[in-house]
Amino acid sequence: MSWYKPANLGFATRSKLAGYGYSGRMFWRLLTMVGPTFRRFSLVRDQIHFLGNYSLAIIGVSGLFVGFVLGLQGYYTLQRYGSSEALGLLVALGLVRELGPVVTALLFAGRAGTALTAEIGMMKSDEVLAYMEVTAIDPLQRVLAPRFWAGVICMPLLAAVFSAVGVIGGYIVGVLMIGVDSGSFWSQMQGGVDVWSDVGNGIIKSFVFGLAVTFIALLQGYEAEPTPEGVSRATTRTVVIASLTVLGLDFMLTALMFSI
Amino acid sequence: MSITTVSSTAVSSPKRVATNSAFITFDDVVFGYGNGRLILDGVSFSIPRGKVTALMGASGGGKTTVLRVIAGQVTPQRGRVLFDGIPVNSHDQTSLYALRRRMGILFQHGALFGDLTVFENVAFPLREQTDLPDALVRDIVLMKLGAVGLRGAHDLKPSEISGGMARRVALARAIALDPDVVMYDEPFAGLDPISLGTAARLIRDLNDALGLTSIIVSHDLVETFRIADQVVVLANGKIAAQGTPQQVKESTDPLVHQFVNALPDGPVKFHYPGATVEQDFGSGIKPSGHITGTAP
Repeated sequence: MSWYKPANLGFATRSKLAGYGYSGRMFWRLLTMVGPTFRRFSLVRDQIHFLGNYSLAIIGVSGLFVGFVLGLQGYYTLQRYGSSEALGLLVALGLVRELGPVVTALLFAGRAGTALTAEIGMMKSDEVLAYMEVTAIDPLQRVLAPRFWAGVICMPLLAAVFSAVGVIGGYIVGVLMIGVDSGSFWSQMQGGVDVWSDVGNGIIKSFVFGLAVTFIALLQGYEAEPTPEGVSRATTRTVVIASLTVLGLDFMLTALMFSI
Repeated sequence: MSITTVSSTAVSSPKRVATNSAFITFDDVVFGYGNGRLILDGVSFSIPRGKVTALMGASGGGKTTVLRVIAGQVTPQRGRVLFDGIPVNSHDQTSLYALRRRMGILFQHGALFGDLTVFENVAFPLREQTDLPDALVRDIVLMKLGAVGLRGAHDLKPSEISGGMARRVALARAIALDPDVVMYDEPFAGLDPISLGTAARLIRDLNDALGLTSIIVSHDLVETFRIADQVVVLANGKIAAQGTPQQVKESTDPLVHQFVNALPDGPVKFHYPGATVEQDFGSGIKPSGHITGTAP
């Protein structure tokens, strides 16, 4: 395409805007389907099992190792200033405010997001979605909405698991291996972590990441070209777009949360 | 148990009578996908109530598009489509969904849910569209599966059955809600001769036993001509021939003649347009046989 030609530029701009409009409308429809979706909770429950339970292993193991590294790096830095007893606070704040929601969202995009995109893409390629449309069953309501809300529910829960396991990892390295005082580790954490401004902010972030990652995964699957190559490309796009969106949103949310 | 016997047990709705009145009408329908080429170019025809109508023609001729227009998945740029006298309007979702509840469809590969059993696949439209109690859903599903000879396979997953069986499960699902119209998109593609014959006979028998109106998109000349009451041949966006299978077979239209007799060359060219043989291989090569004019 020749970008210097005004007609081509105009067509590309119009197509892009139409794409954003379509995505926005689909996102809004999924949000407004919350009532009908939760009236058939069994559909959401099945997806929570699929997206959440099956992601637990990777989330737990990753959380543990991130906690190990935080414990090591935190102790290395803090002991320079003679404040290694604040290790528990550093580990907890780092996990609850930042690493827990962000790393969980990135892992969720890789583990559950790709599975969602591939599943919806294959449904499209096997004409299952077309069958539903023709027989007056709205695929958005029956297939996409339960997965969307399940993803939104799963994300904060998985982030909580990640942070909790990460704290245990920091404890293992800091207290059990290096020898930081156990009482200081827990009391500094208890005194320094605020439920609303720290844990609450982390939960809000996770919730927003859940909306973004799950929606991107579903949209990519729903709009995938119905061929094996099309589905594989859509799966790749899910990881790339969802990861960049999470990092961008994280910056914006952090800036917003520090300013209020 | 013979197919005919089983089919008669599947009648759970009052039998609708076949007439020559139009159930679906295409009136000067024009449709294209936006690249300038018209898929349907002023097409007018009607599908009679209670009959089996076959849509045939070369690939890309607009057969599947006709099904998509009937289902309201795409909107014609011009003309109108009437379904039992009601205009199909894809912009009014409520009325469109009311019409779609009167349709059943069978796709080329069945379009079954891979994670559900055969039973659950057939029960799917009943559970989504009705509030029937589980016991009644069970009876209806087993009855529909019985009609296609697969009552014994109700516990199997789609991955555990053959392609022909999957097509029959999809057929049972398509008739689960006793629709007025069942559309078949390439129902015979990729089937072995036994499965193909079974599928064709089921389509005909179920159409007659349940009083359906059936629309088949197919390339299989023998089986389709055997079971169809009316054949519409589409080519280049227009209707090339229309009538009973016998009338279509006897058509003098060159394109229909090529299609019905499966000839490699005719109005639909064997060679894709391109450089001439001389241009590609030099002037020393003399064109011979049917390799004339252009190179592949």
